Amino acid sequence: MAITLSASDVPGAPLSARLTPAQVWGIVLLTPYLLVFLAFVVYPVGYGLWLARQPSSYVTLYHDPIFARAAVNTLIFLVIGINIKMLIALFLSGFFVVQRAWIKWLSVLFILPWAVPSIPTILSVRFMLNPEWGVINTLIFKFTGEDGPNWLNDPAVALTMAIAVHIWKSLPFWTLILITGRLAISHDLFEAAEVDGATWWQKFRYITWPSMQTLYVTCTLLSMIWTLGDFNSVYLLTGGGPADLTHVLATLGIRYLRLDQLSLAMASIVCALPFVLPLVYFMMKRLSR
Amino acid sequence: MKPATLRLPSLRLPTLREVGTEARLLLIGIPVFIWTMVPIYHMFLFAISPKEDAFSGKLWPDHPTLHNFEIVFREQHYFLRDFYIQFWNSLVIAVAVGALTLFVATAAAFSISRLRVPGGRLVMNLALFTYFIPAAFLAVPMYRTMGNYGLLNNHWALILAMVTIASPYAIWVLKQASDKLPVELDEAAIMDGATTLQIFRLVYIPLMMPSLVAIGTYAILLAWNEYLYAFLLLSNDTEITLPVALGNFLAADDSPWELLMTTGFIYALPPAAIYYAFKRYMVGGLTAGAVKS
Repeated sequence: MAITLSASDVPGAPLSARLTPAQVWGIVLLTPYLLVFLAFVVYPVGYGLWLARQPSSYVTLYHDPIFARAAVNTLIFLVIGINIKMLIALFLSGFFVVQRAWIKWLSVLFILPWAVPSIPTILSVRFMLNPEWGVINTLIFKFTGEDGPNWLNDPAVALTMAIAVHIWKSLPFWTLILITGRLAISHDLFEAAEVDGATWWQKFRYITWPSMQTLYVTCTLLSMIWTLGDFNSVYLLTGGGPADLTHVLATLGIRYLRLDQLSLAMASIVCALPFVLPLVYFMMKRLSR
Repeated sequence: MKPATLRLPSLRLPTLREVGTEARLLLIGIPVFIWTMVPIYHMFLFAISPKEDAFSGKLWPDHPTLHNFEIVFREQHYFLRDFYIQFWNSLVIAVAVGALTLFVATAAAFSISRLRVPGGRLVMNLALFTYFIPAAFLAVPMYRTMGNYGLLNNHWALILAMVTIASPYAIWVLKQASDKLPVELDEAAIMDGATTLQIFRLVYIPLMMPSLVAIGTYAILLAWNEYLYAFLLLSNDTEITLPVALGNFLAADDSPWELLMTTGFIYALPPAAIYYAFKRYMVGGLTAGAVKS
């Protein structure tokens, strides 16, 4: 094995002599982040894993029906919710690149859900869905004379609404990203296809999709990872109810925490790691190129 | 190229096909408009309605009023006793998170990208890894950690937690941006006898301004909008931020919705204004970096 020794590798030389001034400054400037990382990432994660070390926590989790329900809900949220959201975003990105003055104005308004904080708007939706006073049931009563459904009292409807709120909030962001993807496609391709008499579907299938599929898949995976941490959409709309049937993993951890079952809270998060870490690894590979 | 036909646009009637295209665009545009605006308009409607009008299901109240805003600004309700101090808390925390994130992330990005510090790539990857951990997963251990540090119910707990969450993305975007600056700039400055700090201050910071504005705005909005961490880490009525105060409205069954929506509306205005004011930085600086394929 060949080892080349340069002056800077000589062991025993004082540290300052082995580093150039620029490298010393580099270490100094990197220190603030390293301190933040050690104190507020490494320590909490290590401490959390230590809290989740007892096998008995996992046995308790396994027997807790709320945990199983939350895992299923999370899966529905991610697999169905996110794919619907991304398909709509893909469709709308095609709509927003059409050159019209009114579409330009609409796109300015369309960003609003992303630009405003989620708490007041989610509570606004919650009030709309209130069975007695909410505007939706008031209107149903006005037009049909019948009482509307008790929206958030049915776990399936409540979860659907939470997914809808999530889509409402984050659709503009992903649409914006996919619009940048579409605008990067050379316009000549579409003109050539136009001359050849390609249909709308053929243009999408053979021009748009091939140039956007990497971006689309990246966005979908990223959105799935982030949605795992979407606490607000569920907690502020349903609070996990009725009867703790609409929890997702993000709200379940907080529920256990509030019940002072810290080891269960951490164990429920650790259970999600085998699914999260491969996705994270894949994303890091993609983004750190 | 389409065949060029001689025609005067103002005298021409639209063809059937063009009408069809416009109709289809409207058929998408109108639902998108309604879907986007309904929750926001509903909130606005509550804010300008007197208490008894708010539930009528009308599109516009019979007697629109600013009375709700008056109640909020005069703190004339049990839930609103500490409105000003909570607004102030939100503001101080957001600005502190913006400033600290900028400091931490700019220093780190300069160090990794320009000074090529040994181990820089590893640090970048660790930061990127943190960026992908869902924030709600880190919340539980973070809560305990802040307890161990004795920071619970202290604004520093929330500020430090938010800096932790904001910096990975900030470092990543700033590193991408600084990688694009030509190396020759640094070399020329070194030839002129500039020290590392002078390069940082006089060459690097001015050139990075657009990205710095974008990142500062990103961190401020992230902190202003944060609910989960604020609600876990702060609990006294005079320590909490506005979103936590809004969530506390739900504690009572007879909470005054119109006041909650009014406060929510006031709370939502600053970030929306900032977003639109810095939109060109946000779109250029953030989305370009957000997902490069």
